[in-house]
Amino acid sequence: MEIDLTLRDGITLALMAVGVLFTLVAAIGVLRMPDLYLRMSASTKAATMGVGFIMLAVAVRFNDLTITTRALAIIVFVYLTAPVAAHMIGRAGYILGVTLYNKTVLDDLRGHYITKRGTHELESVDVILDKESIPLE
Amino acid sequence: MVINLENVIDWFILPLLVIAVVIVFIRLVKGPELPDRVVSLDLMTSIGIGIIATYAMATGEQVLIDVAIILALISFLGTVAFAYYIERRAS
Repeated sequence: MEIDLTLRDGITLALMAVGVLFTLVAAIGVLRMPDLYLRMSASTKAATMGVGFIMLAVAVRFNDLTITTRALAIIVFVYLTAPVAAHMIGRAGYILGVTLYNKTVLDDLRGHYITKRGTHELESVDVILDKESIPLE
Repeated sequence: MVINLENVIDWFILPLLVIAVVIVFIRLVKGPELPDRVVSLDLMTSIGIGIIATYAMATGEQVLIDVAIILALISFLGTVAFAYYIERRAS
């Protein structure tokens, strides 16, 4: 048992371990959460942090300006696009009528998408006269 | 048994990431609705970015970081396309 780690390797391993833990949490959340929206909540946030930490580990490991730039570019790109993608999938799922978790207490969009008329425009609150009468799906 | 960066990546980091992929794959097979499957595919490509970056660190191949960039781009485009068509299909 012989330890051959420089300080840079140690920092790399610590960052990688944190990233892998975040990724595992995201995976377990996607498997165990009861609802599409809760699953998205787990996967988007935790996987973004996981990729970010692993890319920081890449930047520390190679210690090269071009690789650091690429790693930071991946981090910025993932941080910009993951919420957009999650928002689009969540909206598509809501319009498709994916059922909410049965212990959901608040659905702010309830009744705002008039899907029966074939439109996906978000109606204003004034149009919804009797919001509470619409059952929570 | 020498504890260096390559061995730790090979014996701990990469197996944990593969376990994460397997866990997400269970959701991909089970997923009751199509958006569930899209979410799990998106997460699988995110973990794939992590695996590629980790492998690049283990082998010292700097070129693989470019592959991770391309995979991030394609993952975003694929998810947006899936969302667009699910929304179209629902109407």
